[in-house]
Amino acid sequence: MQHLIEMSGIKKSFAGVVALQNASLHIEPGEVHAIIGQNGAGKSTLIKILTGVYRRDAGEVKINGNPSTVSTPREAQDAGIATIYQELSLVPLRSVTENVMMGYEPRTRLGTIDWKTAHARTREILERFGIHIDVRAQLGSYSTAIQQLVAIARAVSLNAQLVIMDEATSSLDDQEIEILFGVVRELKKEGVAVLYISHFLDELYQICDRVTIMRDGQTVGQRVIAETTKLGLISEMLGRDPEEIEAAGMTGLGGETTEPGRPLFEAKDISTKRGLKSVSLTLREGEIVGLGGLLGSGRTETARALFGMDTLRSGGIQNHVVGGNIRTPAEAISAGIGFLTEDRKREGIVPHMSVRENMTLALLPKLKKMGRVDRKRETELVERFITSLGIKTSGMEQPIRELSGGNQQKVLLARWLALEPDVLILDEPTRGVDVGAKFEIQSIIREYVDKGLGVVLISSEFEELVEGADRIIVLRDGYSITELENPGITEESLIAAIAHHHDEGARG
Amino acid sequence: MTMQNKPVTSASEPTAFKFEWSMISRHGGVVALIAILLFNILITPNFLHPQTLFVNISQVATIAIVAVGMTLVIATGGIDLSVGAIMALSGALAPLIFTSPFAEANPELGLALSIVVPILVALACGVFNGALVSLLNVQPIVATLIFFISGRGIALVLTNGNLQTFTNPAFSYLGTGKILGFPFQGYLVLIIAACVWWVMAFTVFGRQLLAVGGNERAAELSGVPVKRVKIGAYVICAGLSGLAGLIVVAINSASDAARIGNLMELDAIAAAVVGGTLLQGGRAPIFGAILGAVIIQLVKYTLLANGVADEVALIAKAGIIVLAVYVQQARKE
Repeated sequence: MQHLIEMSGIKKSFAGVVALQNASLHIEPGEVHAIIGQNGAGKSTLIKILTGVYRRDAGEVKINGNPSTVSTPREAQDAGIATIYQELSLVPLRSVTENVMMGYEPRTRLGTIDWKTAHARTREILERFGIHIDVRAQLGSYSTAIQQLVAIARAVSLNAQLVIMDEATSSLDDQEIEILFGVVRELKKEGVAVLYISHFLDELYQICDRVTIMRDGQTVGQRVIAETTKLGLISEMLGRDPEEIEAAGMTGLGGETTEPGRPLFEAKDISTKRGLKSVSLTLREGEIVGLGGLLGSGRTETARALFGMDTLRSGGIQNHVVGGNIRTPAEAISAGIGFLTEDRKREGIVPHMSVRENMTLALLPKLKKMGRVDRKRETELVERFITSLGIKTSGMEQPIRELSGGNQQKVLLARWLALEPDVLILDEPTRGVDVGAKFEIQSIIREYVDKGLGVVLISSEFEELVEGADRIIVLRDGYSITELENPGITEESLIAAIAHHHDEGARG
Repeated sequence: MTMQNKPVTSASEPTAFKFEWSMISRHGGVVALIAILLFNILITPNFLHPQTLFVNISQVATIAIVAVGMTLVIATGGIDLSVGAIMALSGALAPLIFTSPFAEANPELGLALSIVVPILVALACGVFNGALVSLLNVQPIVATLIFFISGRGIALVLTNGNLQTFTNPAFSYLGTGKILGFPFQGYLVLIIAACVWWVMAFTVFGRQLLAVGGNERAAELSGVPVKRVKIGAYVICAGLSGLAGLIVVAINSASDAARIGNLMELDAIAAAVVGGTLLQGGRAPIFGAILGAVIIQLVKYTLLANGVADEVALIAKAGIIVLAVYVQQARKE
């Protein structure tokens, strides 16, 4: 059978740093193909070469057996390659129909847009994927998941032969992921190939046919997914021995539970206008308290309240390190609280700035010496964190936007660790981060917790919570409903706690 | 990939393989400057005469001073349309003060007041601009439009719309004084640029300003006092505009509120953009702004000296801005 996509011997370097050397990718028509690899392995570079964002230095790209001439994203689209990015390239303020039909609107005889046909056609396209929504409503009024599906629907309506999904599920909840998978299977049935990039290995086993494994800019393997094991994939990705990995455990958060120290803060019945109704939690030195619950249960909202981003409507937070109220992030920081946000791009990095400047952003006031930034101390500190956190960068002056997701996350983690905080709130610290970096980030956190740091951990991955947290506060609809204590928590018991109370809530 | 921890002093560009293009785009301003200089040396009569240099320095000074302030405001992701009007306001105030009976009686104090008071008023305008933008979240272009319209009006009301002429050698030194043969305001520009550059490169405020422009949310969550930093940028910009207004008045020994700083906002924005400031914020090349101001001044001078009408000079200026923005866009890739 002829390959749909055939990339071979691809080479690419940026400013002398090799990003790809001898990478390859073969996709058959109508298959669901995954690419896995650590951050920095070259996945996104390879895809960006395919979609015309970057130009390759060497190598060959064939589409349907013909040498590809794609050199811009627009040409890729015309060649039948559609990309669904995490950040959607749609117009949220316009209707669903307008978004799906944009550029290809049906016309009446007078040359105006034939809305009746447009709405009908949009409805038909969406219903094929089992999405039943009001196509006249603003796209932005729907959830990210629906928006993502609309983007996919649009791509398919433009006769895409290959749909690339880059971390498509990272902002979806379980139910939405199921819908997305349904769409992927539907695409496959229609003979459309899907290139699927995800850090969640479990997902690959659910929907993918084959997987390409990349490491250090090279394609190191291509497997039929049904013939692999999760451990096998990870070991191939990391280039390490499977047994060694198994011995170390799947997450790096687990550790000896030490006696928790003095209390750091106590939040009692706090509520905010962002949907937090009544949450109570305490945190002590040297412990990790997890916040469990479904999307929208109030996990991030709790973090925002603790960090002074939302004003409390009722209840109070008693800070035992420094007294007083926290009304702004700046006050929270001077009270010894750090907050690693879940939205790295929008709320974390300053893209134009260097690794150094990003890392010391929160620390600046403390680096002040006679009116200026103490560059010597700053450089030493940054160098120390680059080494101790294993941040892969060509130097501390490299702009942070050039780093891979996992390394950006480490820089942001260093931003807070450098402050030597008492409390660190981590909102999805390992989302969008590959398995290797994830393990490293978790180990770093554990190391600091052992030294007395108190951590509030939010994670959608039950495995991370169950293995990492000393206690888990279960949230639902803005209320803290129960508390589980380790040792003794299992994924099943956590899910049961969330589900059980959920049912009760539904009944009551 | 290997891990290197050695510090690199210059910002690394990801597009080194496009070596030639990146050279041109990064040093576009310098290339343009050299081209204009060569053109003038060949074509314009008497271009190499020292007098030409002095004229250009004294004329570029005001654009350059305002452009430095504008660069800071743009670096926060804002824009300041009120600079020309603030120049008019401070330029109108100064003669009113040193020609007053009180100042005639106390010449030294009068002179000091005629410099300090207008600049204080300008700074107050900056506080107003900054407060609207950062505390009330008014769009910068709208917030500064208020003084753009009313500032000149206030200046005209203060002077009854009259042209104020005066003879005050001490005050005129600001615009006509010379040190080692070079105009005083030329030195002033260099001192101001060096100070602001130092602030941006080495102080906490400078770093925070760039962070606010680069990603305001991230800066706020990192404890950066975003509102204060933004107000600071508008205040500095307004203060520098006030100073520029004084210089214009000093050069002419006359103050015409209707004309001081007219269209200065456009020159300053153009100088900043030509100098490499990104309109979306996050970057503040101070010496780039000076270079931009010099280029704009020289283009104006070139056309004027070769008998091209003023209106055509405006079109040339527009052309430069388009070119600068185009180069900037290309560089982003």
